[in-house]
Amino acid sequence: MSQSTKNSSSPPKFRLSAIFDALMPVFATVAALLVGAIFLLLLGANPLTAYSALIDGAFGSFNAFAETLVKSIPLLLIGLGTCIAYRGSVTNIGGEGQMIVGALLSTWIGLSFTNLPGWLMIIIAMLAGSLGGAIWGGLPGVLKAYFNVNEILSTVMMNAIAVQIMNYMLRGPMIDPVQAQASSQIPQTARLEVAYRLPRLAPTRLHIGLLIAILLAVAVYILLWRTTLGYRIRAVGQNQAASKYGGIDVKKHIVLALLLSGAFAGLAGMMQVYGVNYRMITDGSSTGFTGNAGFNGIVAALFGQLHPIITIPASILFGGLLVGANAMQRVVQVPSALITGLNGLVVVFVVSSEYFRKRNQRRRMAAMEADHDNAPPDHPGENLEEVPA
Amino acid sequence: MISDLFTATVLIGIISSGIRLATPYLFAGIGEMFGQRSGVLNLGVEGQMLLGAFTAYFVVLRTGNLFLAVLAAIAVGALMGLAMGFVTIRLQATQGIAGIGFYLFGMGMSNLLFQKLIGVVENINGFPILKIPLLGDIPVIGEIFFQQNLLVYLAFLLIPVAWFILNKTTLGLKIRAVGENPEAADSLGVSVVRVRYFTVVLGGILSSIAGASLSVALLNVFQQNMTAGQGFIAVALVYFGSWRPFGILAGALLFSMVNALQLWIQVLGIPIPSELAVMMPYILTIVVLALSLSKGKGPSALTKAFEREG
Amino acid sequence: MKNLYKVLSVLLVLGLVLAGCTPAEPETSEPVVEDKPLRIAIVTPSNINDLAFSQSISDAMITLKAEMGDKLQYDYSENMFVVDDAAAAIRDYAQKGYDIVIAHGSQYGSSLQEIAPDFPETVFAWGTTVDTFGQPNIHAYEAASDQGGFVNGVMAAMLTKTKVIGVVGPIETGDAKLYIDGFVAGVHSVDPTIDVRVTYIGSFSDVALASEAATTHLSAGADVLTGSAQMVIGAIGKAQEAGAYWFGTQADQTSFAPDVVVASQVYHWEVIFREIFALRGEGVLGGKTFSANLKNGGQVIKINEGLNLDQAVLDKANETIQGIIDGTVTIP
Repeated sequence: MSQSTKNSSSPPKFRLSAIFDALMPVFATVAALLVGAIFLLLLGANPLTAYSALIDGAFGSFNAFAETLVKSIPLLLIGLGTCIAYRGSVTNIGGEGQMIVGALLSTWIGLSFTNLPGWLMIIIAMLAGSLGGAIWGGLPGVLKAYFNVNEILSTVMMNAIAVQIMNYMLRGPMIDPVQAQASSQIPQTARLEVAYRLPRLAPTRLHIGLLIAILLAVAVYILLWRTTLGYRIRAVGQNQAASKYGGIDVKKHIVLALLLSGAFAGLAGMMQVYGVNYRMITDGSSTGFTGNAGFNGIVAALFGQLHPIITIPASILFGGLLVGANAMQRVVQVPSALITGLNGLVVVFVVSSEYFRKRNQRRRMAAMEADHDNAPPDHPGENLEEVPA
Repeated sequence: MISDLFTATVLIGIISSGIRLATPYLFAGIGEMFGQRSGVLNLGVEGQMLLGAFTAYFVVLRTGNLFLAVLAAIAVGALMGLAMGFVTIRLQATQGIAGIGFYLFGMGMSNLLFQKLIGVVENINGFPILKIPLLGDIPVIGEIFFQQNLLVYLAFLLIPVAWFILNKTTLGLKIRAVGENPEAADSLGVSVVRVRYFTVVLGGILSSIAGASLSVALLNVFQQNMTAGQGFIAVALVYFGSWRPFGILAGALLFSMVNALQLWIQVLGIPIPSELAVMMPYILTIVVLALSLSKGKGPSALTKAFEREG
Repeated sequence: MKNLYKVLSVLLVLGLVLAGCTPAEPETSEPVVEDKPLRIAIVTPSNINDLAFSQSISDAMITLKAEMGDKLQYDYSENMFVVDDAAAAIRDYAQKGYDIVIAHGSQYGSSLQEIAPDFPETVFAWGTTVDTFGQPNIHAYEAASDQGGFVNGVMAAMLTKTKVIGVVGPIETGDAKLYIDGFVAGVHSVDPTIDVRVTYIGSFSDVALASEAATTHLSAGADVLTGSAQMVIGAIGKAQEAGAYWFGTQADQTSFAPDVVVASQVYHWEVIFREIFALRGEGVLGGKTFSANLKNGGQVIKINEGLNLDQAVLDKANETIQGIIDGTVTIP
């Protein structure tokens, strides 16, 4: 009888409900879109047409999927940075500013040195972008660790500062010489050398940044769970006092968590310039350049359970949602404000669905324990202390 | 030319502008402070501000009744707060991200409602300047401090009131206890959930009023995205002020007056790039905080969801 | 949308078949079948009711629609301030077979450069700029906002009593800078001693800061103000309170503050688009640069009749306008 309990139907059920939970963000998104359907109806749009346009726009064709992937690259990179920051128990909402500074530095280098072989410049630019972002993230890190300045304050401020630096540079020292003469005075830089542009995959806008980002996701996983540095970052994130007692330099690792997080955002910025637009251009706001990747990247990481590898599909799905929503706007001609509102609804629903996921997980754990208790002890006397449920 | 800054007109102008600019930060900052003191981080302040701004404006546009407008803003803010509370307290969702979601939702909704219900930018008759008799006649000081809008006075009055509530009442004690050590508070019979719901709803209301102060008092107009990030600055100022009402007041005034200063710098033609001037308030806020010695420790349970054991 | 496209394609095929069957006629052929509506898509970076940049293109479309009725059909995507999203939108509209895609944002250039070659049948119009990249199907259009700025400046110079004028700008680039530079030149052409102070508040949307900028100007002695971009409504409000004159741009701001708005430089993009439609009818899909200026009516100085301005001011304004049109007045 005990044998049959052990081999009862629990394991298969367990797996099914685990898959259900892993897909919870998807279900939550669907729920949010159902609520959104009400708004669509109120605006006189057909929800069926709208949502099929959304899916079509995100995944419906080769080109559409390529657009989704392009959108997901900065989300993934910033999501990876968020994973690191989270594990280090720091909150990095400075992704917008870090992206901008990384982009500025890497663009400046690309425009200043025009005679290098393409592959070399791309590597240098990636390093420069990461460096820019690292500085812009490391500064809040230093401020937090050594001056006790909360990183939410410093990153919010530094986002705003970064925008002004960008505006100044792009209309001033870094402006395209053509524009400087023209009456249109567009605040943009010159275009990068053709050789410097990130090669594309397939005849679409998708560039190799995607592959680089995926590789980096694996690297982040290894960093966090297979290296001493990662261990220390996580230890400081879990318990500062204990880590200090254990001999870890707490302050240094706080700085490192924010610095690394910023580096990824900076790299995302470089990719926008080298992979997508081939120049840096501003409309005066931060979202004009980053596309809100600074915030959306954090959301994508959350959808990916703050695990670097799972953030990959999460970013693609979330990227698809964003791309598809814009496509939907074009088809049913609803105001873009609705799309923003839907974006918000999705975030709220997904973040709320965590509750159900955790609750189911706990139930599964309890069920497993109950199963274990009912099984005969492998060694006599093992379960003597435990009172059968 | 820098010496031009040290004239009476300029100094009066800076303080006066600073007071007006600080008003929304005071409302929203205090609201956020109460929430954070009880352990809840709300990054959706900007969305609440926009919805509050729109609601108040819409009511004034349609009815001309300022009092009703403020009530409506309070109602909307309370609803948003309730929703935020449900998500973060009952469902224990990650607070920061939930806030971002509400921010996007609030921004989208306020824009959508504006486009569909109004559609044209027009100005209204909002709260007029309320000159305080006697005090308002004092030269210089009267002009700066006692010839402002009703909502401006309320914002500044809110500071000592908030201080009193937080530090001198049982409610304040409960709020602080719940934010420091919810388990202990719970064991002493304090309903952590109820306290947090209260502070989060209060935060929503105050953020909403902050938005309303823009659309029906200070600017008398509504335009899409008119808050331009002030909600996030308000959250940042809570950290600057070490979760203390007077600290938040100091932060709001510092930020706003430096902002007013940079405008004067530009107006007087002092030759620095406009972007550098615009940066000044942000840089100074960081620097001042970094150099200040008395930084409070935040509520220990901030952003941590509370779960009743057993 | 899909159904409409199907119907149109069927009509087109029928039309071609019929055309093939009819006996040859003297070639007056227009490559475009005229009885289907002209489909236009607009991509713009801000809200279409911002009383500024995006509103101007929306107003133009409304005017054209009123003229052309069913022959014109347009859709739009606003708030496309993210260049990526705008690029996707432009490509999508082109793919869906819209006849003309208007990219109403100078930041969309790089995207257009890539997309336009893929859709040789589509007319792309890019504003506000002068560059067509040498592409046969890209038109460029811009507004000579320095012209309107100049005229406004001339009038402002005549109206100020304190000889101090304040300008509230968003960011020191593009259309705003062009207008403001023209304005300052206009003021100084009348009286070089007038002090024109310019503040750039660093944002397109911060109404509160724009309002304080105006207050600062007024405290510093300005009695005439102007500014650019949508957040100026904050500034106009303060001007109205103080009774200071306001000069507007990008849209007719008279309705907002009828007591103080003297004149607004209004863009009438429809002037340009009528030409673009006509060119398309002739088979020319791009390659031209257009300017919305005082001469072709693309730019109009809308004076607030209700203000009963001094005749001398009006005369000088008209004289300046005429001078710019004739070329006798040049803007530095």
